[in-house]
Amino acid sequence: MAEPLLRVDNLVRRFGGIIATDHVCLDVAKGEIHAIIGPNGAGKTTLISQLTGHLAPHAGRIFLGGRDISHFPAYKRSALGLARSFQITSLLTDFTAADNVALAAQAHDGKHSFRFFANARKEKGLRDAARSALERVGLSHRADVLVSKLSHGEQRELELAVALATKPQIMLLDEPMAGLGVTESQRMVKLLAELRNEVSIVLVEHDMEAVFALADRISVLVYGRIIASGKPDEIRQNEEVKRAYLGDQHVVVGHG
Amino acid sequence: MKSQLNVSSIVAIMVVAGLVLLPVYSNLTGNIFILTLFTRIVILALAAVSLNLIMGYGGMMSFGHAAYLGIGGYAVGILAQEGIGSGWAQFAVAIAVSALYALVIGALSLRTRGVYFIMITLAFAQMAYYVASGLARYGGDDGLTVYKRSDFGGLINLGNRVQFYYLCLACLLAVVVLVWRIVNSRFGLVLQGLRSNEQRMQAIGFPSKRYKLACFVIAGMLCGLSGALLANNTDFVSPAVMYWTRSGDLMVMVILGGMGTLMGPVVGSVVFLVLEEVLSQLTEYWALIMGPLLLLIVLFGRGGIMGMLGRVNRG
Repeated sequence: MAEPLLRVDNLVRRFGGIIATDHVCLDVAKGEIHAIIGPNGAGKTTLISQLTGHLAPHAGRIFLGGRDISHFPAYKRSALGLARSFQITSLLTDFTAADNVALAAQAHDGKHSFRFFANARKEKGLRDAARSALERVGLSHRADVLVSKLSHGEQRELELAVALATKPQIMLLDEPMAGLGVTESQRMVKLLAELRNEVSIVLVEHDMEAVFALADRISVLVYGRIIASGKPDEIRQNEEVKRAYLGDQHVVVGHG
Repeated sequence: MKSQLNVSSIVAIMVVAGLVLLPVYSNLTGNIFILTLFTRIVILALAAVSLNLIMGYGGMMSFGHAAYLGIGGYAVGILAQEGIGSGWAQFAVAIAVSALYALVIGALSLRTRGVYFIMITLAFAQMAYYVASGLARYGGDDGLTVYKRSDFGGLINLGNRVQFYYLCLACLLAVVVLVWRIVNSRFGLVLQGLRSNEQRMQAIGFPSKRYKLACFVIAGMLCGLSGALLANNTDFVSPAVMYWTRSGDLMVMVILGGMGTLMGPVVGSVVFLVLEEVLSQLTEYWALIMGPLLLLIVLFGRGGIMGMLGRVNRG
């Protein structure tokens, strides 16, 4: 079998006596949407943070395109095509939407940023890249608005535009639907569905409707451990999953 | 963002115009004292502008910025005592040593953040203070008199009050323009991004530490220049110039005028030092008036003077 784009091998992370990531193995193929679900406190964000390099694992390895990136700092992983959106929107609030995206493009256009004189807001290449990423998520008309003035839904879309502007091979999306209204959620699902052919996605999400609509595969994380992994239908019928997770959230799934 | 003429830009323009015309006023009225006062203000404004680059745009609360005033000053004083009078050499050494100091201190301090960063920059500046106090050959605690001002050949005579004032003002304005360019450059946007959210900047691909360090070094060099000018102004340099209260003064000037605004530190320096001068003539206990006044501005005028003016504009 060909090497998957992202492979996680027996990753372990402890916080004191708690094992937040318990020998997690995971792989994501090219063009795949792999969802990670699990109850609150299951260690989903902890896992994502280790994948992006913001948190060091205590054991185990992470491979991107066959390369061991376990000890790479965050910025190097970004350079290799790993992008992340944050659970709590963490954009640069005193910049405009276009500035946020242009900065991401600036980090990836092959030139360093030790340029002290030329006005970066007038660099055509960066502005064009920003515009096309914003267009992609349907935010072109809001390009010159300060992030602090954008609605929550628009900020989530902007998060995605920023991730896209880094020209990623794989995106780790930490609850992109969090706090979105019904229509906004549907738009986000549609957007992610469109992206599936260009970029692999690891999707951490509580919105089961979205997860089952989008995911090629689903892994279920409970107390730091992956208790099941497979196609959406298999997960839906898995007894252990029903007990451990879907059971106490049957209301959510019932509507799905 | 737009280049519109708002209240704060009008004030900024008036301040610059006032500074440019000051020697004319001094000449017409025969008031030499005001020129001396404002020479000092312009020099310290330059230091405040450099601190604003770290604090205002970089979001790094450095509490040891006065160290560079001392380094720049001692570069001039020591070279002058050793018989090297050339201003070019003195200023080059002042700036180079400041850069080196900033590189080492920055590399160590930037491993920490928040309160620890404040404390460690303070500690290093105090170390510089005690090192200077121990320089027995160069006056130790008592400081070092600079008997001859920096010599720039026939180009400019620093002994001439007006010429020296204009040199200082030219340096200040050049540095303001430099900071303005930096802030809008690729480097400057990265810097402001780091101020806002360092983790996010790393996630989109920026190795944050080297940008912060570069900023730290640039600011150090600019403040070293200020220190070299200051030693020429007072014809004297002593460890006191590096004492932590001086670093605090610089921070107050920046916060008072408006952190992260281009002209804020200049306005802040003028207001702070003029107030200090006026109040200290009124009463021995001038600090009792100054303190609460600053407190009020910081508490109720978020964004300092430039911030308040900005709000006036928005109605």
